[in-house]
Amino acid sequence: MEKKYYVEMRGVNKSFGSFQASKDIHFGIEKGKLIGLLGPSGSGKTTILRMLAGLETEDSGDILIDGNIVNHIPASKRGIGFVFQNYALFRYLTVYENIAFGLRVQKWPKAKIKARAEEMLQLVGLEETAKRYPNQLSGGQRQRIAFARALAPEPQLLLLDEPFAAVDAKVRQELRSWLREMITRVGVTSIFVTHDQDEAIEVADEIIVTNQGRIEQIGSPKEIYRNPQTPFVAQFIGQSAEVDNFRQFTGFTNAESNAERAIVRPEYITVAKQGEFLKYSLDAEEGVVEQTAFRGNEIELKIRLKGNLLTARRLLDDAPVEVGEHVRVFISRVYAFDEQKAYVIENAALNTQESLVI
Amino acid sequence: MKQNKRKQRRVIPGFGLSLGVTITILSLIVIIPLCSLVIFTAQLSPAEFLKTVTSARVLASYKVSFTTALTASLINAVMGLIIAWVLVRYDFPGKRIMDGMIEIPFALPTAVAGISLTHMTVDSGWVGQLFGRFGIEIAYTRIGITVALVFIGIPFVVRSVQPVLEKVDPQYEEAASMLGAEKSYTFFRVILPEILPSLIAGFTMAFARCLGEYGSVVFIAGNMPFETEITPLLIMSQLQEYDYASATSIALVMLAAAFLILFVNAVLQSRSSKIVSGIE
Ligand SMILES: Nc1ncnc2c1ncn2[C@@H]1O[C@H](COP(=O)(O)OP(=O)(O)OP(=O)(O)O)[C@@H](O)[C@H]1O
Ligand SMILES: [Mg+2]
Repeated sequence: MEKKYYVEMRGVNKSFGSFQASKDIHFGIEKGKLIGLLGPSGSGKTTILRMLAGLETEDSGDILIDGNIVNHIPASKRGIGFVFQNYALFRYLTVYENIAFGLRVQKWPKAKIKARAEEMLQLVGLEETAKRYPNQLSGGQRQRIAFARALAPEPQLLLLDEPFAAVDAKVRQELRSWLREMITRVGVTSIFVTHDQDEAIEVADEIIVTNQGRIEQIGSPKEIYRNPQTPFVAQFIGQSAEVDNFRQFTGFTNAESNAERAIVRPEYITVAKQGEFLKYSLDAEEGVVEQTAFRGNEIELKIRLKGNLLTARRLLDDAPVEVGEHVRVFISRVYAFDEQKAYVIENAALNTQESLVI
Repeated sequence: MKQNKRKQRRVIPGFGLSLGVTITILSLIVIIPLCSLVIFTAQLSPAEFLKTVTSARVLASYKVSFTTALTASLINAVMGLIIAWVLVRYDFPGKRIMDGMIEIPFALPTAVAGISLTHMTVDSGWVGQLFGRFGIEIAYTRIGITVALVFIGIPFVVRSVQPVLEKVDPQYEEAASMLGAEKSYTFFRVILPEILPSLIAGFTMAFARCLGEYGSVVFIAGNMPFETEITPLLIMSQLQEYDYASATSIALVMLAAAFLILFVNAVLQSRSSKIVSGIE
């Protein structure tokens, strides 16, 4: 049976002059999901969001909301909540009036407006700011008010453009989990744009990865992370080092794949000092530490292995490794890719050892 | 603790020097002439002063000046806003030329403006003929004065609103439309408050200027005492009769009016800048 989507884009294209910002965009989103639109700067995320909102007109293709084509419905009639990157709170209206704006437009009865505005203020935990003007709020508070204003008219769909971009790192971390919780509580289908993969992976139910105006992959954070399907996703997600020929590594010599190049992520590299216990010791190879960097909860190492520079990690409590030291390195998995696709390839040692156990 | 008492250093140097220069220039070109006005007026006793500035003819001239200046400035506020809007929001051929033309009233000698406006609006002029058919006379009436003042005041409004309107973030409109607002609602609720301080500033500057305008008005006004005689003209005629004390007395009243207008403006401006800067 075909899935029932709440929001859908079907073959949408959009050009600005001769520049094509969206190429054949095709996706569907189920009701109640929180979707992350992830991609590098200029990849067309905002364009997709603005077309959904009706702030930008698509050149071709269809946009469906709740099964209806909305191409020709103006932004003001789509009933979508939108949180702008810089919030766009109305400077000359108080916080309360900002939140009530959408309700007044829809001619809600006075008492209901008051009740709803107060409810929203309570939801975002900023009741005491009702009488203030937006410029009397902190960045994080503004973000919450923008959220409250967008949600007040009870939209069925909420769009957020880089909702955390304008606040500093610590507040961003807080707001992330706050937003996740709020959206779950309200139960509104939401799409948020970000170019921060940690943010997308942490917050979203599902991630749409965009690159150069195209959608590269759609999937749960876990899928995107563990099974990148295109070379771009393999490179973009995680902290990755690229190698030109992965078959030079022990354990990958006979890999069944046409691909040559591969991505190696730190989480699939084990590093041991000489003499330290290493599970797959026979398949480890020797590398030279070129750089060590303290990363708070772990140590990041740059290791030269057969001419490739790989990034690996060791725990803070592990015996310290020094620059120039020869260490043993075991690579358990790589993401090999050719022009079109990415493939997960595991170290042959993992399979043989397993079969030995059996 | 001695150190706490040390004067706080300013971040930007040169405060003392620049303040000195400012005060010097201000007193040379503004305050000293104004003081001389007061000193001249002081030749009259308070009773004489009061009598001069409230004589029937003078009162009538206030009324003419005030009503025409106010009407003209209100017209300018609306027209200027529309012109600024068109210049900022739309692209059309000849936009640059139109933009440049706004300044003509500043550049043109006011007498030239007055003569050409009069020429156009007398009964034989083409505008005069047109309105004559409907029984409306422009030249030598208060309508004529208002027309001249509209011409003089328009750049004040356009030039104060235009740059502010240019900076209004288009996202405000997008945000309003995402909340379901129609264009006109968005304009009055969101855009207008943004540009209102500049509109008020333009309006008050035009108003203050119109109150004092002389050159362009004398030709078109006809200068009938009690009917179309503006206060600046009255001052002028007192001067021609070498009645300096009367002239300066009336001028002092005008000065007070101008100060009041600019003061009201300043109060309104600081209120809105408080909202925008977030300081309470
Ligand atoms: N109004 C416009 N006119 C011309 N080009 C535009 C316009 N809007 C976007 N573009 C172009 O379209 C491309 C995609 O822009 P978009 O804003 O969607 O990127 P993004 O993924 O949101 O990037 P970022 O993370 O930097 O916000 C960019 O190359 C941009 O230059
Ligand atoms: Mg963007």
